[in-house]
Amino acid sequence: MDLILIALLVLGITGLVAALLLYLIAQKFKVEEDPRIDLVQEVLPGANCGGCGFAGCRALAEACVKATSLDGLLCPVGGAPTMEKVGAILGMEAVAADPKVAVVRCNGSCEARPRTSLYDGVRSCRIQHNLYVGETDCPFGCLGCGDCVAACQFGALSMDPKTGLPVVDEEKCTACGKCVKACPRNIIELRKKGPKGRRMVVECVNKDKGAVARKACLNACIGCGKCQKECNFDAITVENNLAYIDFEKCRLCRKCEAACPTGAIHAINFPPRPAAKPAEATAKPAEAAKPAEAQAQPSETTKIQLEKKEEQA
Amino acid sequence: MNTFRIGGVHPHDNKTYSAHQPITECPLPQKAIIPLVQHIGAPAQPVVEKGQKVKVGELLAKAGGFVSANIHSPFSGTITKIDSTVDAWGLRMPAVFMDVEGDEWLETIDRTPNIVREFNLEPKEIIDRISDAGIVGLGGACFPTHVKLMPPPGKKAEVLIVNGVECEPYLTCDHQLMLEHGEEIMVGIKLLMRALNIQKTIIGIEKNKPDAIGHMQNLASKTLGVEVRPLKLKYPQGGEKQLIDSCIGRQVPSGALPIEVGAVVDNVATIYSVYEAVQKRKPLISRVMTVTGKSLAKPGNYLVRFGTPLSQVVELAGGVPEDTGKIIGGGPMMGRAMNNIDMPANKRTSGLLFLPEAESRRVEPENCIRCGKCVSACPMGLEPYLLSKQAELQMWEEMEQHDVMDCIDCGCCLFTCPSHRPLLDYIRMGKAQVGGIIRARQAAQKK
Amino acid sequence: MKNLIVAPAPHVHSGDSVRRNMLLVIAALMPAYVMSVVAFGWGALITACISIAACVLFEWLIAKYILKTRPTIGDLSAVLTGLLLAFNLPSNLPWWIVVIGAFVAIGIGKMSFGGLGQNPFNPALVGRVFLLISFPLQMTTWPLPEGFAGGYVDAATGATPLASMKQILKNGNTDLISQLPDLWDLFIGWMGGSLGEVCALALLIGGVFLICTRVITWHIPVSILATMAVFACIGCPEGMTAGQYIGYTLLTGGAMLGAFFMATDYVTSPMTPWGKIIFGIGIGVIVMVIRTWGAYPEGMSFAILIMNAVTPLLNMYIRPKRFGEKKK
Repeated sequence: MDLILIALLVLGITGLVAALLLYLIAQKFKVEEDPRIDLVQEVLPGANCGGCGFAGCRALAEACVKATSLDGLLCPVGGAPTMEKVGAILGMEAVAADPKVAVVRCNGSCEARPRTSLYDGVRSCRIQHNLYVGETDCPFGCLGCGDCVAACQFGALSMDPKTGLPVVDEEKCTACGKCVKACPRNIIELRKKGPKGRRMVVECVNKDKGAVARKACLNACIGCGKCQKECNFDAITVENNLAYIDFEKCRLCRKCEAACPTGAIHAINFPPRPAAKPAEATAKPAEAAKPAEAQAQPSETTKIQLEKKEEQA
Repeated sequence: MNTFRIGGVHPHDNKTYSAHQPITECPLPQKAIIPLVQHIGAPAQPVVEKGQKVKVGELLAKAGGFVSANIHSPFSGTITKIDSTVDAWGLRMPAVFMDVEGDEWLETIDRTPNIVREFNLEPKEIIDRISDAGIVGLGGACFPTHVKLMPPPGKKAEVLIVNGVECEPYLTCDHQLMLEHGEEIMVGIKLLMRALNIQKTIIGIEKNKPDAIGHMQNLASKTLGVEVRPLKLKYPQGGEKQLIDSCIGRQVPSGALPIEVGAVVDNVATIYSVYEAVQKRKPLISRVMTVTGKSLAKPGNYLVRFGTPLSQVVELAGGVPEDTGKIIGGGPMMGRAMNNIDMPANKRTSGLLFLPEAESRRVEPENCIRCGKCVSACPMGLEPYLLSKQAELQMWEEMEQHDVMDCIDCGCCLFTCPSHRPLLDYIRMGKAQVGGIIRARQAAQKK
Repeated sequence: MKNLIVAPAPHVHSGDSVRRNMLLVIAALMPAYVMSVVAFGWGALITACISIAACVLFEWLIAKYILKTRPTIGDLSAVLTGLLLAFNLPSNLPWWIVVIGAFVAIGIGKMSFGGLGQNPFNPALVGRVFLLISFPLQMTTWPLPEGFAGGYVDAATGATPLASMKQILKNGNTDLISQLPDLWDLFIGWMGGSLGEVCALALLIGGVFLICTRVITWHIPVSILATMAVFACIGCPEGMTAGQYIGYTLLTGGAMLGAFFMATDYVTSPMTPWGKIIFGIGIGVIVMVIRTWGAYPEGMSFAILIMNAVTPLLNMYIRPKRFGEKKK
């Protein structure tokens, strides 16, 4: 009996002393922190992706609490709703920012861009990029090793085995920008999602002269400037043999898409377009080489045409 | 027998294919493309115009800075355009295109085969002639030679080390050059000793070239202050820092240049071109390159003028063998695999190696078994297994702490790894990243 | 022209492989194995076969069905683990205990950390120590060397020379020392003990073979044996000459097997020369401490496992000598 008592006493006293010590030390080294930091951190997604430009969610929370206005502070993952919550906690107005999404600016699929060598090193775009031009002759295009896919924390990127290019799942993409940094060729760009997710993109970053670019890839932008002439809103600039669509100015008229001779301009998330007139089709030699998807759904487009005719009638 | 003290490996040297093949001159092409970037440093600025007629040896492009080199016309003919061309790795580089017409040389160039031994020049004159001739280190790095000959203030060169090691397997061009042009090289050495104002030269040659050692020893015995040092066979003995350690037993500190320990290192091919530039007034317009491979019909050593398409050199050697899987510019340890052979020869192309397909593929990597063989093979005393893991995990700061910038890209780690892990691929990538970070930091500090 | 292959330099390889290294170690163990078959007969054959088969089987099963990776039994590391485990077991051990040992060695010692190259502890020793603690009786009943006459589980048993010596020294009966087997018998391995650890001569041949083929370096074995010898020289007990005691120290127990084959395991030993030397000294000291003052007569397994735990620390702090000095 005595033994048990002594054991209990010794254990109890040791525990108490330890607790007291811990408490005293915790008091001594206590760091004064704004309690709101914890509150803000709670509403943040906690992915610690660094997409906001800070080291993690905690760092963004600290920055928000310190800041005098929420301008420029944005959690790309949570977007506007999260920032509104943060604003509510801190009593500040959340600055509305349009949601963005990652866009892959290369459409050099396997059939458009012939392989001219066989890469046998580590499957890493960065290493391949430092070594040479890549498996095709395009020194600007996607290398296809999937550094961006590996960098994405949200599983929004995947390699399409058919085209050998990364595909963005717009539902999952949070525009954190990790893939943009991971791509050694700067192919991925964060663009505004646009109304109903619709946007026009030049899916090419090749700055070579037209003939050279064309030789390496049938789908390359050759810098011909047709789209620029077609655009009524000055949204398109052609620099270094490469067209770029300014998403602030673009009104989504889709004229440039039709004007592009190589099919480098893509309209994303638009409903399928009425089938092109035959005359136009002959003017576009690249049309034949374009991925079969346009031709694969003739029934659907004709259906829409029919519907439209009915409407007109 | 001497060698360097840390690490090293023993790859099979495979030199028999092209060894002792006499240097053959490659015929002139019809059209030539002369790249404007043939050296480390700033690109050269073109001084010719489209349509202009030039003679052999005329200046095509001027050095674009202190660390840069002149480029001279290797042919006579008409400039057709100045445009970008594609190099052997598919990347773009600026170049001068020309149509070759005849073979008309500048009158100032002495084209006789006589060896001019006497000279009476001030060091400054010698360095100027070297600089004018656009001479760069022909061992592989292509660092402008005149820069090496002008030590920074406060530093004094004590010894010239001549690199006749040729530790890369397969390559034999330096070996053959020593055998055929040993006397000229000796004159070149004397010129450099005069330019640097030093009395001592050591020629390092690996012992797998006994005839070259004998020949050079014979010549050196007639020259005051020149000594031939036979070296043990070990790769990468031809690396600048390793060679200094092998020859004079001093180790260049991390991040410093050889001049820190009083040494200047030059390759035998560079010294031969120094002789030609100073004594014959012939600028650097050609080099000897080894074209070799197990299945090549006529492997050998060819004297090629810069601008000749490599495909033409290959034709001379019997064409691309059927079983080729990989074509390497340079040797198998540090050379770069090429994706085409349309590139013109230039100051950098020390060799062309055709590997059969069976030897071209890498073996699938396995887990690291932490055997430490890469650590004992690394000639810089680094820990490749650790650096490669850090690069994989993008731990750039840790890589810098573990001295990744000392890596000399020699490839010993990957060569020796029993698990076939791509150690150097990752380390090289990390080195590029860390280098960028360091440069950015230095730029920020300057501001 | 067909598409060329492009990869970063270097484009040639030494031809070394994991498999080659494992094969060489297995080859180096063969003389000792032959000697143990001569000494222990059927037991040595059966135990080794069961151990190897079980290790390979467990590795294959775990890789295929649990880790779902490409099975790596082709690299022969499981065969080597199995062989080393058997070397550390008494040859009369019942077959099911051997299987348990193999399971612990491969399953817990190696695969639970992610397979080859990831394990912090020597798998064979993990298996051995697990068995030693779980089945102390079976694991310390040593068969006497009787060749094929002895049978398997029912072999005649006796104490190991190391255990007898410890007993004698503990009781202070110095006149009994002369009853211990003489050093030559120990050297050629005619004594009781674990299957593979008895023949010092064969192990020495294998070890020298490994050093000559550059599979291992001299640092670890030499530093272990030298430390043990120095320790024995200082702590030589009354009634024995220093030479005799050093002989007993180095030739009995797992000293030779441990120094040349167990401690030099690539995965669990440091990579730099100085790291290896410190590692070896550590093992030597711990072994002698356990042998002199510990409860067990032999401490090689424990010593190696303890130093295995220190290996990451040694790898971190003992850097190889860099080329040139650091420019400040």
